[in-house]
Amino acid sequence: MTEKKKINLNRVPIPKQEPLIRRGNFNEVALGYAEEQAIEEASRCIQCKKAGCKEGCPVNVDIPEFIKAIGDHDMPEAVRILKSKNSLPGICGRVCPQEIQCEMTCNLAKRGAPIAIGRLERYVADWERAHPCHSEPFASCHSEGAKRPKNLAQDRLREESHAAQGKLREESRGAQDISKDKKVAVVGSGPAGLTCAADLAKLGYQVTILEALHVAGGVLMYGIPEFRLPKHIVQGEIDYVKSLGVEIKLDHVIGKIATVDEILEDGYNAVFLAPGAGAPMFLNIPDENLSNIYSANEFLTRTNLMKAYLFPEYDTPIKVGRKVAVFGGGNVAMDSSRCALRLGAEEVYIIYRRSRVEMPARREESENAEEEGIIFKLLTNPKRFIGDEQGRVKAVECYEMELGEPDESGRRRPIPKPGTEFIIEIDTAIVALGTRPNPIIPSTTKGLELTRWGTIKTDEATGRTSKEKVWCGGDMATGAATVISAMGAGKRAAADIDAYLQRKS
Amino acid sequence: MYRIVTQEKLVPNIYILKIEAPEVVRKIQPGQFAMVRIDERGERIPLTIADWDRKEGIVTIIFLEVGATTHKLAQLKAGDSVVNFVGPLGLPAEIEKFGRVVCAGGCYGIGAILPEIRALKEKGNEVISIIEARHKSLLYWQDRLGQFSDQVIVTTGDGSSGYKGWAPDQLKEMLEGGKKIDRVFAHGCTFMTMLCSEVTKPFGVKTMVSLNPIMVDGTGMCGCCRVSVGGQTKLACVDGPEFDGHEVDWDLLVNRQRAYLDEEQESSSRLSF
Repeated sequence: MTEKKKINLNRVPIPKQEPLIRRGNFNEVALGYAEEQAIEEASRCIQCKKAGCKEGCPVNVDIPEFIKAIGDHDMPEAVRILKSKNSLPGICGRVCPQEIQCEMTCNLAKRGAPIAIGRLERYVADWERAHPCHSEPFASCHSEGAKRPKNLAQDRLREESHAAQGKLREESRGAQDISKDKKVAVVGSGPAGLTCAADLAKLGYQVTILEALHVAGGVLMYGIPEFRLPKHIVQGEIDYVKSLGVEIKLDHVIGKIATVDEILEDGYNAVFLAPGAGAPMFLNIPDENLSNIYSANEFLTRTNLMKAYLFPEYDTPIKVGRKVAVFGGGNVAMDSSRCALRLGAEEVYIIYRRSRVEMPARREESENAEEEGIIFKLLTNPKRFIGDEQGRVKAVECYEMELGEPDESGRRRPIPKPGTEFIIEIDTAIVALGTRPNPIIPSTTKGLELTRWGTIKTDEATGRTSKEKVWCGGDMATGAATVISAMGAGKRAAADIDAYLQRKS
Repeated sequence: MYRIVTQEKLVPNIYILKIEAPEVVRKIQPGQFAMVRIDERGERIPLTIADWDRKEGIVTIIFLEVGATTHKLAQLKAGDSVVNFVGPLGLPAEIEKFGRVVCAGGCYGIGAILPEIRALKEKGNEVISIIEARHKSLLYWQDRLGQFSDQVIVTTGDGSSGYKGWAPDQLKEMLEGGKKIDRVFAHGCTFMTMLCSEVTKPFGVKTMVSLNPIMVDGTGMCGCCRVSVGGQTKLACVDGPEFDGHEVDWDLLVNRQRAYLDEEQESSSRLSF
């Protein structure tokens, strides 16, 4: 009789910087597993036949397989399995909301803590970065990009990818040759754009990414702070995408420097639009344009992209002051509040109109924020800002809310409580209410149907738009969402673009 | 990297910069701007495009040395490069056949308004250009503007050349004298464009002003450049930079432009100029 292995229902905790220390620096909060911790956590996986985790993953990573490879101490194999489906594992391992995806559908979650899939994914990605020459010919070893020598592992990776596209490309073996002279333009180098570009490059297409900003990475660079997603990790993943032969052109604001139609006239056979949902939303309350009231986009861009926390060594300044109020309850609100703290604010408030339960931020992030000393003012809504004689914000008037019946989002609707107005003195306000689509591409592209929210009408399964040869994905198609859902959209669009270009040849 | 072809001082504190940007140049329209970042630690600043040569792929910028970044820009020489040059951004100016048009330029705006003067003339308008400066030594490009203008009126604050006074004074004189003006365009510092709007308002002459709030990305992403026009919040980078001057909330604009004065001073003192 075989002895039944007892399953450990507790996950291996991940080491973190202590709250009182980390609130004073921009270094990464979670430090990642050491090898023995990763192996121990991996050994908890029961290798289900019907792997719920895989179904919970928007890009269908072979999760039990890569976890098994970790347990077998075969890290190169774990890297190979992971990267065959996910070109950006170091990013996903850090910022995916695993608790509502793969980890939620983990069978262990029914009895205890699910496998820490995100932490293991991160471990594998970080292992690869530390051991560049032991696995794939990735960035740190071969930063020359396309010049890298071909090797077996790389070919295997391509084959894997082909197999994944198999159902769309039945007769396909000669396909690579056909692909080689086809050009695809990808607009935007955030998670959707990078994923789509990587998949198409693996299939042999000539891919050019057109990025509006002066660095590639989109929200991964300007939005998510260093302490949650170190920029060298993002840079490493971008270098990997470049190593697949993808060209990235910076400073290209599509719709301005060239229209989508001009890109197509320029010889590109398909265009994937992934510009993100660029335009910030505001509260629409009186005096919101006072100085020192930022959109989260601006606050985070100044901090992360322009490195305002290093002013005056870097030229871009930022105003923080002593007391900061952040409006909103999502991850971006958490990021903004924690940046403000690290920039020297003494008191930072999160002002959110519903209760903790309805807060859209990942629990881990709101807990991290609270540990660091962010003050949560829940069931609170701003009524108006109050300025000083120089037009700078000095206070915000708020009122209390209570929760009523559920609204169309399924969350209980917040209702103002009359007569509860009160004033909070602040030096800086940050509005983190989400974004709406940037108008530049929709307003300059003929034949692109829009939804009533101004996003580009897109078929979810394929990424197709109403315009021939044009696909779309990420926040521009769905409104503000997550990194991984944008990556999923990039993947599906790549598969459909490939199928389309195969048919056309 | 974008190579600087020529860089020279036109008059004290105002520089002309010609830069190689063959892709940017293809679609520039009058009234548009570019975002420039000088080096890897630099900030992104918007600069109005003053001219371009599509065949040579060269964009001309005229700028005022006013803070740390423009000071650094002014130190660059032919053959040097800037790391980023993004454009053409913003909506093009609305150019139609209006009839008689006055184009008012001051400071860097004497250069920045040239593309509009030229386009308005091409559309068949009668174009009267008014340029202003404190002293005649700060005037430039009268001849270039003259090529496309029916008349160039020079004003100087101290009367050292042309009329003593400023562009808005001339504009006001014309309107009070009964001269019919169908449209006004104004480029220059905020005070000057505001005064132009103030003098035309009682006469109901639509006055388009190019606003210059602080920007970060310049593509509609951050909302730093929000201005209030007709009671509505607009982003100068994607909804402008030109707006109806009679509708602009000028106090708000000026306050927001001053938001980083302390930091600007700190940066400037580090460069000790």
